[in-house]
Amino acid sequence: MRGIELDVNGDRLETAAPDHWTLLEVLRYKLGLTGSKQGCDKGDCGACTVLVDGQPVLSCLTLAAQAVGKEITTVEGLRPMHLQSGGVGADPIQDAFDRCGALQCGFCQPGMMLSARALVAANASPSREEIQKALSGNLCRCTGYTQILEAVETAIAERVGAEAPRPAWVEDREHVREGELEARTPAKEAK
Amino acid sequence: MLRLPKFRLEEPTDVAGAVALMSEHGEDAMIVAGGTDLYPNMKHGLFEPKVVVSLGRIAEMRGIEALADGGLRIGATTTLAEMAQSALVQERAPALAQAASLVAGPQLRTMGTAGGNVMLDTRCQWYNQTHFWRKSLGYCLKKDGTVCHVVAGGRKCVAAASNDTAPTLMTLNASATFANDEGSRDVKIDEMWKADGIWNKEPGRGEILTSLHIPAQSKGHRGAYGKLRDRGSIDYPLFGCAVRLDLDSEGVVEDADVVCVALVARPLRIKKVAETLRGKKVGTESFAEAAKEAADLADTQAKPMDNIPGESLYRRQMVPVYVRRTLQAAAEGKGPVHHV
Repeated sequence: MRGIELDVNGDRLETAAPDHWTLLEVLRYKLGLTGSKQGCDKGDCGACTVLVDGQPVLSCLTLAAQAVGKEITTVEGLRPMHLQSGGVGADPIQDAFDRCGALQCGFCQPGMMLSARALVAANASPSREEIQKALSGNLCRCTGYTQILEAVETAIAERVGAEAPRPAWVEDREHVREGELEARTPAKEAK
Repeated sequence: MLRLPKFRLEEPTDVAGAVALMSEHGEDAMIVAGGTDLYPNMKHGLFEPKVVVSLGRIAEMRGIEALADGGLRIGATTTLAEMAQSALVQERAPALAQAASLVAGPQLRTMGTAGGNVMLDTRCQWYNQTHFWRKSLGYCLKKDGTVCHVVAGGRKCVAAASNDTAPTLMTLNASATFANDEGSRDVKIDEMWKADGIWNKEPGRGEILTSLHIPAQSKGHRGAYGKLRDRGSIDYPLFGCAVRLDLDSEGVVEDADVVCVALVARPLRIKKVAETLRGKKVGTESFAEAAKEAADLADTQAKPMDNIPGESLYRRQMVPVYVRRTLQAAAEGKGPVHHV
Protein backbone atom coordinates (compact mmCIF):
# COMPACT_ATOMS: atom_id res chain seq x y z
CA MET A 1 0.00 0.00 0.00
CA ARG A 2 1.32 3.41 -0.86
CA GLY A 3 -0.14 6.88 -0.56
CA ILE A 4 -0.90 8.34 -3.97
CA GLU A 5 -1.68 11.93 -4.90
CA LEU A 6 -3.38 12.15 -8.27
CA ASP A 7 -4.29 15.26 -10.24
CA VAL A 8 -7.63 14.23 -11.70
CA ASN A 9 -9.81 16.66 -13.67
CA GLY A 10 -8.12 19.63 -12.06
CA ASP A 11 -8.45 18.34 -8.48
CA ARG A 12 -5.65 16.95 -6.37
CA LEU A 13 -6.98 13.74 -4.83
CA GLU A 14 -5.26 11.76 -2.13
CA THR A 15 -5.77 8.05 -1.92
CA ALA A 16 -3.86 4.87 -1.21
CA ALA A 17 -3.53 1.69 -3.22
CA PRO A 18 -1.21 -1.31 -3.57
CA ASP A 19 1.55 -1.01 -6.18
CA HIS A 20 -0.12 -3.45 -8.54
CA TRP A 21 -3.36 -1.48 -8.86
CA THR A 22 -3.88 0.10 -12.24
CA LEU A 23 -4.90 3.71 -12.73
CA LEU A 24 -8.27 2.42 -13.95
CA GLU A 25 -8.84 0.45 -10.75
CA VAL A 26 -7.94 3.44 -8.57
CA LEU A 27 -10.16 5.78 -10.60
CA ARG A 28 -13.11 3.42 -10.47
CA TYR A 29 -12.85 1.70 -7.11
CA LYS A 30 -11.00 4.23 -4.91
CA LEU A 31 -12.11 7.55 -6.37
CA GLY A 32 -15.56 6.50 -7.57
CA LEU A 33 -14.98 7.81 -11.08
CA THR A 34 -16.70 5.02 -12.98
CA GLY A 35 -16.94 6.88 -16.29
CA SER A 36 -13.76 5.16 -17.53
CA LYS A 37 -14.90 1.68 -18.47
CA GLN A 38 -13.26 -1.64 -17.71
CA GLY A 39 -13.70 -3.54 -20.98
CA CYS A 40 -11.08 -6.05 -22.12
CA ASP A 41 -8.71 -4.86 -19.36
CA LYS A 42 -5.69 -5.80 -21.50
CA GLY A 43 -5.21 -3.00 -23.97
CA ASP A 44 -7.39 -4.02 -26.90
CA CYS A 45 -10.64 -2.09 -26.63
CA GLY A 46 -9.84 1.49 -25.57
CA ALA A 47 -12.89 1.78 -23.26
CA CYS A 48 -10.58 2.81 -20.38
CA THR A 49 -8.93 5.64 -22.35
CA VAL A 50 -8.08 8.69 -20.24
CA LEU A 51 -5.90 11.69 -21.03
CA VAL A 52 -2.55 11.84 -19.25
CA ASP A 53 -0.92 15.24 -19.82
CA GLY A 54 -3.31 15.64 -22.74
CA GLN A 55 -2.34 12.38 -24.45
CA PRO A 56 -4.78 9.47 -24.74
CA VAL A 57 -3.51 6.44 -22.80
CA LEU A 58 -5.07 3.21 -21.57
CA SER A 59 -5.65 3.37 -17.84
CA CYS A 60 -5.95 -0.44 -17.63
CA LEU A 61 -2.26 -0.73 -18.54
CA THR A 62 -0.98 2.22 -16.50
CA LEU A 63 -0.16 1.76 -12.85
CA ALA A 64 -1.73 4.37 -10.58
CA ALA A 65 1.71 5.06 -9.09
CA GLN A 66 3.09 5.80 -12.55
CA ALA A 67 0.46 8.51 -13.07
CA VAL A 68 1.59 10.52 -10.05
CA GLY A 69 2.66 14.02 -11.04
CA LYS A 70 0.72 13.96 -14.29
CA GLU A 71 -2.54 15.64 -15.22
CA ILE A 72 -5.30 13.09 -15.67
CA THR A 73 -8.55 13.86 -17.47
CA THR A 74 -11.45 11.42 -17.39
CA VAL A 75 -14.84 11.76 -19.06
CA GLU A 76 -16.18 13.22 -15.81
CA GLY A 77 -13.80 16.13 -16.26
CA LEU A 78 -14.87 17.19 -19.75
CA ARG A 79 -17.88 19.31 -18.79
CA PRO A 80 -16.38 20.98 -15.67
CA MET A 81 -13.20 21.81 -17.57
CA HIS A 82 -15.20 23.21 -20.48
CA LEU A 83 -17.16 25.42 -18.06
CA GLN A 84 -13.97 26.47 -16.32
CA SER A 85 -12.46 27.63 -19.58
CA GLY A 86 -15.44 29.90 -20.18
CA GLY A 87 -17.61 27.51 -22.17
CA VAL A 88 -21.32 26.94 -21.86
CA GLY A 89 -23.04 23.60 -21.24
CA ALA A 90 -21.40 20.29 -22.07
CA ASP A 91 -18.04 19.99 -23.80
CA PRO A 92 -18.60 20.44 -27.58
CA ILE A 93 -17.50 16.84 -28.19
CA GLN A 94 -20.03 15.54 -25.65
CA ASP A 95 -22.72 17.81 -27.06
CA ALA A 96 -22.09 16.63 -30.62
CA PHE A 97 -22.08 12.95 -29.56
CA ASP A 98 -25.43 13.55 -27.88
CA ARG A 99 -27.08 15.30 -30.82
CA CYS A 100 -25.68 12.96 -33.46
CA GLY A 101 -26.82 9.85 -31.60
CA ALA A 102 -23.20 8.68 -31.50
CA LEU A 103 -23.86 5.79 -29.20
CA GLN A 104 -25.79 2.58 -28.96
CA CYS A 105 -24.95 0.82 -25.72
CA GLY A 106 -22.65 3.68 -24.69
CA PHE A 107 -19.85 1.56 -23.24
CA CYS A 108 -17.18 2.78 -25.67
CA GLN A 109 -18.34 6.38 -25.53
CA PRO A 110 -16.15 7.81 -22.73
CA GLY A 111 -13.02 6.45 -24.41
CA MET A 112 -14.17 7.61 -27.84
CA MET A 113 -14.83 11.13 -26.56
CA LEU A 114 -11.44 11.39 -24.85
CA SER A 115 -9.60 10.19 -27.97
CA ALA A 116 -11.62 12.73 -29.97
CA ARG A 117 -10.82 15.45 -27.41
CA ALA A 118 -7.09 14.79 -27.72
CA LEU A 119 -7.34 14.89 -31.51
CA VAL A 120 -9.24 18.17 -31.60
CA ALA A 121 -6.76 19.74 -29.17
CA ALA A 122 -3.83 18.74 -31.41
CA ASN A 123 -5.39 19.31 -34.83
CA ALA A 124 -7.90 22.10 -35.43
CA SER A 125 -9.32 20.70 -38.66
CA PRO A 126 -8.66 16.98 -39.04
CA SER A 127 -9.87 15.13 -42.12
CA ARG A 128 -12.23 12.13 -41.91
CA GLU A 129 -9.19 9.88 -42.34
CA GLU A 130 -7.34 11.58 -39.48
CA ILE A 131 -10.41 11.21 -37.26
CA GLN A 132 -10.61 7.52 -38.13
CA LYS A 133 -6.94 7.08 -37.25
CA ALA A 134 -7.28 8.96 -33.97
CA LEU A 135 -10.24 6.80 -32.95
CA SER A 136 -8.77 3.56 -34.29
CA GLY A 137 -7.75 2.43 -30.80
CA ASN A 138 -11.34 2.57 -29.56
CA LEU A 139 -13.60 -0.34 -30.43
CA CYS A 140 -17.39 -0.04 -30.63
CA ARG A 141 -18.96 -3.46 -30.31
CA CYS A 142 -22.27 -2.12 -31.56
CA THR A 143 -20.35 -0.93 -34.66
CA GLY A 144 -22.00 2.48 -34.63
CA TYR A 145 -18.90 4.11 -36.06
CA THR A 146 -20.63 6.28 -38.67
CA GLN A 147 -22.46 8.45 -36.17
CA ILE A 148 -19.35 8.66 -33.99
CA LEU A 149 -17.29 10.02 -36.88
CA GLU A 150 -20.11 12.40 -37.79
CA ALA A 151 -20.25 13.63 -34.20
CA VAL A 152 -16.55 14.51 -34.24
CA GLU A 153 -16.93 16.22 -37.64
CA THR A 154 -19.95 18.12 -36.32
CA ALA A 155 -18.04 19.37 -33.27
CA ILE A 156 -15.15 20.48 -35.45
CA ALA A 157 -17.37 22.19 -38.01
CA GLU A 158 -19.36 24.05 -35.37
CA ARG A 159 -16.24 25.27 -33.67
CA VAL A 160 -15.25 27.23 -36.76
CA GLY A 161 -18.85 28.19 -37.57
CA ALA A 162 -19.06 25.96 -40.64
CA GLU A 163 -22.09 23.92 -41.58
CA ALA A 164 -22.15 20.47 -39.99
CA PRO A 165 -21.97 17.55 -42.43
CA ARG A 166 -25.25 15.91 -43.34
CA PRO A 167 -25.57 12.66 -41.45
CA ALA A 168 -25.17 9.56 -43.62
CA TRP A 169 -28.55 8.17 -42.60
CA VAL A 170 -30.32 11.13 -44.18
CA GLU A 171 -28.91 10.17 -47.59
CA ASP A 172 -30.02 6.58 -47.09
CA ARG A 173 -33.69 7.43 -46.84
CA GLU A 174 -35.42 7.80 -50.16
CA HIS A 175 -38.86 8.23 -48.70
CA VAL A 176 -38.23 11.20 -46.50
CA ARG A 177 -41.30 13.41 -46.70
CA GLU A 178 -40.89 17.12 -47.19
CA GLY A 179 -40.18 18.85 -43.92
CA GLU A 180 -39.28 15.62 -42.17
CA LEU A 181 -35.65 15.92 -43.24
CA GLU A 182 -35.16 19.15 -41.32
CA ALA A 183 -37.03 17.76 -38.35
CA ARG A 184 -34.72 14.73 -38.22
CA THR A 185 -31.43 16.52 -38.82
CA PRO A 186 -29.88 17.18 -35.43
CA ALA A 187 -29.90 20.88 -34.69
CA LYS A 188 -27.87 22.59 -32.04
CA GLU A 189 -30.01 23.30 -29.01
CA ALA A 190 -30.68 26.93 -28.21
CA LYS A 191 -28.58 28.10 -25.37
CA MET B 1 -11.72 -8.03 -15.12
CA LEU B 2 -8.05 -8.99 -15.28
CA ARG B 3 -6.03 -8.18 -12.17
CA LEU B 4 -2.29 -7.78 -12.03
CA PRO B 5 -0.55 -10.14 -9.64
CA LYS B 6 1.00 -8.55 -6.55
CA PHE B 7 4.42 -6.93 -6.90
CA ARG B 8 6.45 -4.04 -5.58
CA LEU B 9 7.03 -1.12 -7.95
CA GLU B 10 10.41 0.60 -8.07
CA GLU B 11 10.84 3.82 -10.01
CA PRO B 12 14.54 4.67 -10.23
CA THR B 13 15.46 8.05 -11.71
CA ASP B 14 18.72 7.04 -13.38
CA VAL B 15 20.11 4.06 -15.28
CA ALA B 16 22.60 3.22 -12.51
CA GLY B 17 19.71 2.94 -10.04
CA ALA B 18 17.80 0.64 -12.37
CA VAL B 19 20.86 -1.57 -12.93
CA ALA B 20 21.44 -1.79 -9.17
CA LEU B 21 17.82 -2.86 -8.59
CA MET B 22 17.97 -5.51 -11.32
CA SER B 23 21.21 -6.82 -9.93
CA GLU B 24 19.87 -6.85 -6.35
CA HIS B 25 16.66 -8.72 -7.19
CA GLY B 26 17.92 -10.97 -10.00
CA GLU B 27 15.26 -13.21 -11.48
CA ASP B 28 12.62 -11.84 -9.10
CA ALA B 29 12.65 -8.52 -10.94
CA MET B 30 11.41 -7.48 -14.36
CA ILE B 31 11.87 -4.28 -16.33
CA VAL B 32 8.91 -2.26 -17.56
CA ALA B 33 8.81 0.82 -19.77
CA GLY B 34 5.44 1.47 -21.45
CA GLY B 35 3.86 -1.63 -19.93
CA THR B 36 1.83 -2.39 -23.05
CA ASP B 37 3.46 -5.82 -23.46
CA LEU B 38 4.41 -6.77 -19.89
CA TYR B 39 1.19 -5.82 -18.08
CA PRO B 40 -1.21 -7.79 -20.33
CA ASN B 41 1.18 -10.74 -20.05
CA MET B 42 1.21 -10.40 -16.26
CA LYS B 43 -2.59 -10.18 -16.25
CA HIS B 44 -2.58 -13.48 -18.16
CA GLY B 45 -0.37 -15.04 -15.48
CA LEU B 46 2.61 -15.37 -17.84
CA PHE B 47 4.98 -13.48 -15.55
CA GLU B 48 4.84 -13.01 -11.79
CA PRO B 49 7.81 -10.84 -10.81
CA LYS B 50 8.09 -9.82 -7.16
CA VAL B 51 9.62 -6.49 -8.15
CA VAL B 52 8.84 -4.40 -11.23
CA VAL B 53 11.46 -1.82 -12.14
CA SER B 54 9.90 1.01 -14.13
CA LEU B 55 12.11 3.02 -16.48
CA GLY B 56 9.46 5.73 -16.87
CA ARG B 57 11.10 8.32 -14.63
CA ILE B 58 14.61 8.03 -16.09
CA ALA B 59 14.92 11.25 -18.10
CA GLU B 60 18.30 10.32 -19.64
CA MET B 61 16.70 7.39 -21.48
CA ARG B 62 14.21 9.47 -23.46
CA GLY B 63 14.60 11.47 -26.64
CA ILE B 64 15.82 11.40 -30.22
CA GLU B 65 19.26 12.79 -30.97
CA ALA B 66 20.55 13.66 -34.44
CA LEU B 67 24.19 12.60 -34.69
CA ALA B 68 26.62 14.78 -36.61
CA ASP B 69 27.59 11.91 -38.93
CA GLY B 70 23.99 11.57 -40.15
CA GLY B 71 23.01 8.82 -37.74
CA LEU B 72 20.46 8.76 -34.95
CA ARG B 73 20.45 7.86 -31.29
CA ILE B 74 17.04 7.01 -29.90
CA GLY B 75 16.56 6.71 -26.15
CA ALA B 76 14.90 3.43 -25.21
CA THR B 77 11.92 5.02 -23.47
CA THR B 78 11.13 7.33 -26.39
CA THR B 79 7.54 6.44 -27.23
CA LEU B 80 6.55 4.82 -30.50
CA ALA B 81 4.33 7.84 -31.22
CA GLU B 82 7.27 10.21 -30.79
CA MET B 83 9.38 8.03 -33.08
CA ALA B 84 6.63 7.79 -35.71
CA GLN B 85 6.01 11.55 -35.72
CA SER B 86 9.66 12.62 -35.58
CA ALA B 87 10.71 14.48 -38.74
CA LEU B 88 14.28 13.34 -38.04
CA VAL B 89 13.37 9.65 -37.97
CA GLN B 90 11.10 10.04 -40.99
CA GLU B 91 13.99 11.58 -42.91
CA ARG B 92 16.93 9.45 -41.77
CA ALA B 93 15.20 6.10 -41.16
CA PRO B 94 11.83 6.18 -42.97
CA ALA B 95 11.15 2.45 -42.56
CA LEU B 96 11.54 2.75 -38.78
CA ALA B 97 9.12 5.71 -38.58
CA GLN B 98 6.64 3.79 -40.73
CA ALA B 99 6.90 0.64 -38.62
CA ALA B 100 6.46 2.64 -35.40
CA SER B 101 3.38 4.35 -36.88
CA LEU B 102 1.75 0.96 -37.45
CA VAL B 103 2.36 -0.59 -34.03
CA ALA B 104 -0.98 -1.18 -32.26
CA GLY B 105 -3.32 1.84 -31.90
CA PRO B 106 -2.84 5.50 -30.93
CA GLN B 107 -3.09 5.00 -27.15
CA LEU B 108 -0.66 2.08 -27.18
CA ARG B 109 1.81 4.08 -29.30
CA THR B 110 1.59 6.91 -26.77
CA MET B 111 2.57 4.42 -24.06
CA GLY B 112 4.75 1.84 -25.83
CA THR B 113 8.45 2.58 -26.28
CA ALA B 114 11.25 2.12 -28.80
CA GLY B 115 13.14 -0.21 -26.46
CA GLY B 116 10.01 -2.07 -25.44
CA ASN B 117 9.18 -2.96 -29.02
CA VAL B 118 12.68 -4.39 -29.57
CA MET B 119 12.44 -6.36 -26.31
CA LEU B 120 8.84 -7.51 -26.97
CA ASP B 121 8.07 -11.01 -25.79
CA THR B 122 7.46 -13.51 -28.58
CA ARG B 123 3.80 -14.24 -29.28
CA CYS B 124 1.75 -17.36 -29.94
CA GLN B 125 -1.98 -17.99 -30.01
CA TRP B 126 -1.48 -20.82 -27.51
CA TYR B 127 0.51 -18.59 -25.15
CA ASN B 128 -1.07 -15.12 -25.12
CA GLN B 129 -4.18 -16.34 -23.32
CA THR B 130 -5.56 -16.23 -19.81
CA HIS B 131 -4.35 -18.73 -17.23
CA PHE B 132 -7.76 -20.45 -17.31
CA TRP B 133 -7.54 -20.87 -21.09
CA ARG B 134 -3.99 -22.21 -21.03
CA LYS B 135 -4.69 -24.55 -18.11
CA SER B 136 -7.68 -26.04 -19.93
CA LEU B 137 -5.33 -27.02 -22.75
CA GLY B 138 -2.63 -28.46 -20.51
CA TYR B 139 -0.32 -25.43 -21.00
CA CYS B 140 2.42 -25.28 -23.66
CA LEU B 141 6.19 -25.44 -24.16
CA LYS B 142 6.69 -21.71 -23.61
CA LYS B 143 4.96 -21.58 -20.26
CA ASP B 144 4.25 -24.25 -17.65
CA GLY B 145 3.86 -27.17 -20.10
CA THR B 146 5.76 -29.73 -22.17
CA VAL B 147 3.72 -29.82 -25.37
CA CYS B 148 3.86 -27.59 -28.44
CA HIS B 149 0.45 -27.02 -30.00
CA VAL B 150 1.91 -25.52 -33.18
CA VAL B 151 4.35 -28.24 -34.20
CA ALA B 152 3.19 -31.74 -33.27
CA GLY B 153 5.95 -33.35 -31.21
CA GLY B 154 7.97 -30.10 -31.34
CA ARG B 155 10.67 -29.73 -28.70
CA LYS B 156 11.53 -26.12 -29.47
CA CYS B 157 9.20 -23.18 -28.89
CA VAL B 158 8.24 -21.44 -32.15
CA ALA B 159 6.40 -18.43 -30.70
CA ALA B 160 6.85 -15.59 -33.18
CA ALA B 161 8.92 -12.43 -32.95
CA SER B 162 6.14 -9.87 -33.47
CA ASN B 163 7.97 -6.58 -33.09
CA ASP B 164 7.36 -4.31 -36.08
CA THR B 165 10.43 -2.16 -35.53
CA ALA B 166 12.97 -5.01 -35.16
CA PRO B 167 13.20 -5.92 -38.88
CA THR B 168 13.52 -2.26 -39.88
CA LEU B 169 16.36 -1.81 -37.37
CA MET B 170 18.06 -4.87 -38.90
CA THR B 171 17.87 -3.44 -42.42
CA LEU B 172 19.30 -0.16 -41.03
CA ASN B 173 22.26 -2.01 -39.44
CA ALA B 174 21.30 -0.55 -36.06
CA SER B 175 22.68 -1.54 -32.68
CA ALA B 176 21.36 -1.43 -29.14
CA THR B 177 23.18 -0.38 -25.99
CA PHE B 178 22.50 -2.52 -22.93
CA ALA B 179 23.38 -1.59 -19.36
CA ASN B 180 24.19 -4.32 -16.86
CA ASP B 181 26.12 -4.59 -13.62
CA GLU B 182 29.38 -4.89 -15.55
CA GLY B 183 28.84 -1.58 -17.36
CA SER B 184 27.36 -1.27 -20.80
CA ARG B 185 27.75 -3.02 -24.12
CA ASP B 186 26.62 -2.59 -27.69
CA VAL B 187 24.85 -5.39 -29.52
CA LYS B 188 24.02 -5.36 -33.23
CA ILE B 189 20.25 -5.79 -33.61
CA ASP B 190 21.12 -8.23 -36.38
CA GLU B 191 22.99 -10.47 -33.97
CA MET B 192 20.77 -10.27 -30.91
CA TRP B 193 18.27 -12.97 -31.83
CA LYS B 194 18.10 -16.67 -31.01
CA ALA B 195 15.81 -19.25 -32.60
CA ASP B 196 14.16 -19.94 -29.26
CA GLY B 197 10.60 -18.71 -28.71
CA ILE B 198 10.92 -18.87 -24.93
CA TRP B 199 13.55 -16.10 -24.84
CA ASN B 200 14.60 -15.10 -28.35
CA LYS B 201 17.31 -12.63 -27.37
CA GLU B 202 20.99 -13.03 -26.67
CA PRO B 203 21.04 -10.29 -23.97
CA GLY B 204 19.71 -11.60 -20.67
CA ARG B 205 16.36 -10.71 -19.11
CA GLY B 206 18.08 -8.53 -16.52
CA GLU B 207 19.97 -6.34 -18.99
CA ILE B 208 18.48 -2.92 -19.65
CA LEU B 209 18.25 -1.64 -23.22
CA THR B 210 19.13 2.06 -22.85
CA SER B 211 19.34 3.35 -26.42
CA LEU B 212 19.27 2.46 -30.09
CA HIS B 213 21.93 3.63 -32.52
CA ILE B 214 21.12 3.93 -36.19
CA PRO B 215 24.20 4.62 -38.30
CA ALA B 216 24.15 7.12 -41.18
CA GLN B 217 22.56 5.58 -44.24
CA SER B 218 23.72 5.90 -47.85
CA LYS B 219 22.91 9.05 -49.84
CA GLY B 220 20.35 7.19 -51.92
CA HIS B 221 18.75 5.44 -48.95
CA ARG B 222 15.15 4.32 -49.35
CA GLY B 223 13.18 2.40 -46.76
CA ALA B 224 9.65 1.15 -46.23
CA TYR B 225 7.68 -1.19 -43.99
CA GLY B 226 4.73 -3.38 -44.90
CA LYS B 227 2.36 -4.82 -42.32
CA LEU B 228 -0.40 -7.36 -42.68
CA ARG B 229 -2.99 -7.49 -39.92
CA ASP B 230 -6.68 -8.16 -39.44
CA ARG B 231 -7.75 -4.65 -38.52
CA GLY B 232 -6.19 -1.33 -39.43
CA SER B 233 -5.33 -0.78 -35.81
CA ILE B 234 -4.43 -2.42 -32.52
CA ASP B 235 -3.39 -5.82 -33.89
CA TYR B 236 0.07 -7.33 -33.83
CA PRO B 237 1.46 -8.20 -37.28
CA LEU B 238 0.25 -11.31 -39.09
CA PHE B 239 3.26 -10.64 -41.28
CA GLY B 240 5.67 -7.72 -41.49
CA CYS B 241 8.48 -6.87 -43.88
CA ALA B 242 11.10 -4.15 -43.78
CA VAL B 243 12.90 -3.02 -46.92
CA ARG B 244 16.07 -1.05 -47.48
CA LEU B 245 17.23 0.04 -50.94
CA ASP B 246 20.46 1.93 -51.59
CA LEU B 247 20.29 3.77 -54.90
CA ASP B 248 23.04 5.55 -56.80
CA SER B 249 22.55 9.02 -58.27
CA GLU B 250 20.87 7.49 -61.34
CA GLY B 251 18.35 5.56 -59.25
CA VAL B 252 20.05 2.21 -59.84
CA VAL B 253 20.00 -0.26 -56.94
CA GLU B 254 23.44 -0.73 -55.37
CA ASP B 255 22.33 -2.76 -52.38
CA ALA B 256 19.06 -4.08 -50.96
CA ASP B 257 17.83 -5.83 -47.85
CA VAL B 258 14.53 -7.41 -46.83
CA VAL B 259 13.84 -8.65 -43.28
CA CYS B 260 10.51 -10.22 -42.29
CA VAL B 261 8.81 -10.72 -38.95
CA ALA B 262 5.86 -12.58 -37.40
CA LEU B 263 7.10 -15.91 -38.75
CA VAL B 264 9.30 -17.75 -36.26
CA ALA B 265 11.10 -16.86 -33.03
CA ARG B 266 13.52 -14.49 -34.72
CA PRO B 267 13.13 -11.94 -37.52
CA LEU B 268 14.09 -13.53 -40.82
CA ARG B 269 16.37 -11.98 -43.44
CA ILE B 270 15.48 -12.99 -47.00
CA LYS B 271 18.61 -14.26 -48.72
CA LYS B 272 19.81 -13.22 -52.18
CA VAL B 273 17.60 -10.12 -52.37
CA ALA B 274 20.57 -7.83 -53.03
CA GLU B 275 21.83 -10.04 -55.89
CA THR B 276 18.39 -10.02 -57.45
CA LEU B 277 17.84 -6.27 -57.33
CA ARG B 278 21.37 -4.94 -57.86
CA GLY B 279 21.82 -3.00 -61.10
CA LYS B 280 18.09 -2.49 -61.65
CA LYS B 281 16.88 1.06 -62.10
CA VAL B 282 13.80 1.99 -60.07
CA GLY B 283 10.73 2.83 -62.09
CA THR B 284 11.70 0.49 -64.94
CA GLU B 285 10.15 -2.80 -66.01
CA SER B 286 13.34 -4.65 -65.04
CA PHE B 287 13.04 -3.37 -61.45
CA ALA B 288 9.41 -4.50 -61.29
CA GLU B 289 10.47 -7.94 -62.56
CA ALA B 290 13.30 -8.13 -60.03
CA ALA B 291 10.93 -7.07 -57.21
CA LYS B 292 8.69 -9.96 -58.23
CA GLU B 293 11.68 -12.32 -58.14
CA ALA B 294 12.63 -11.03 -54.68
CA ALA B 295 9.05 -11.60 -53.57
CA ASP B 296 9.32 -15.19 -54.84
CA LEU B 297 12.51 -15.60 -52.80
CA ALA B 298 10.56 -14.47 -49.72
CA ASP B 299 7.79 -16.88 -50.66
CA THR B 300 10.17 -19.85 -50.59
CA GLN B 301 12.10 -18.74 -47.50
CA ALA B 302 9.34 -17.38 -45.24
CA LYS B 303 6.76 -19.94 -44.18
CA PRO B 304 4.12 -18.61 -41.77
CA MET B 305 3.04 -21.24 -39.23
CA ASP B 306 -0.02 -21.59 -37.05
CA ASN B 307 1.75 -19.90 -34.15
CA ILE B 308 -0.04 -16.55 -34.33
CA PRO B 309 -3.68 -15.84 -35.16
CA GLY B 310 -4.71 -15.63 -38.78
CA GLU B 311 -4.93 -18.59 -41.13
CA SER B 312 -1.38 -19.59 -42.05
CA LEU B 313 -2.37 -20.35 -45.67
CA TYR B 314 -3.63 -16.78 -46.09
CA ARG B 315 -0.54 -15.37 -44.41
CA ARG B 316 1.63 -17.50 -46.71
CA GLN B 317 -0.11 -16.17 -49.79
CA MET B 318 0.33 -12.61 -48.59
CA VAL B 319 4.10 -12.94 -48.07
CA PRO B 320 5.11 -12.33 -51.73
CA VAL B 321 2.37 -9.72 -52.15
CA TYR B 322 3.59 -7.65 -49.21
CA VAL B 323 7.29 -8.03 -50.08
CA ARG B 324 6.68 -6.93 -53.68
CA ARG B 325 4.51 -3.97 -52.69
CA THR B 326 6.90 -2.86 -49.96
CA LEU B 327 9.87 -3.01 -52.36
CA GLN B 328 7.87 -0.93 -54.82
CA ALA B 329 6.88 1.57 -52.10
CA ALA B 330 10.51 1.94 -50.98
CA ALA B 331 11.61 2.51 -54.58
CA GLU B 332 9.04 5.28 -54.93
CA GLY B 333 9.95 6.83 -51.57
CA LYS B 334 6.51 5.93 -50.23
CA GLY B 335 5.03 3.56 -47.65
CA PRO B 336 3.99 2.15 -45.33
CA VAL B 337 2.22 -0.70 -47.10
CA HIS B 338 -0.94 -1.51 -45.27
CA HIS B 339 -4.22 -2.84 -46.55
CA VAL B 340 -6.60 -0.64 -44.55
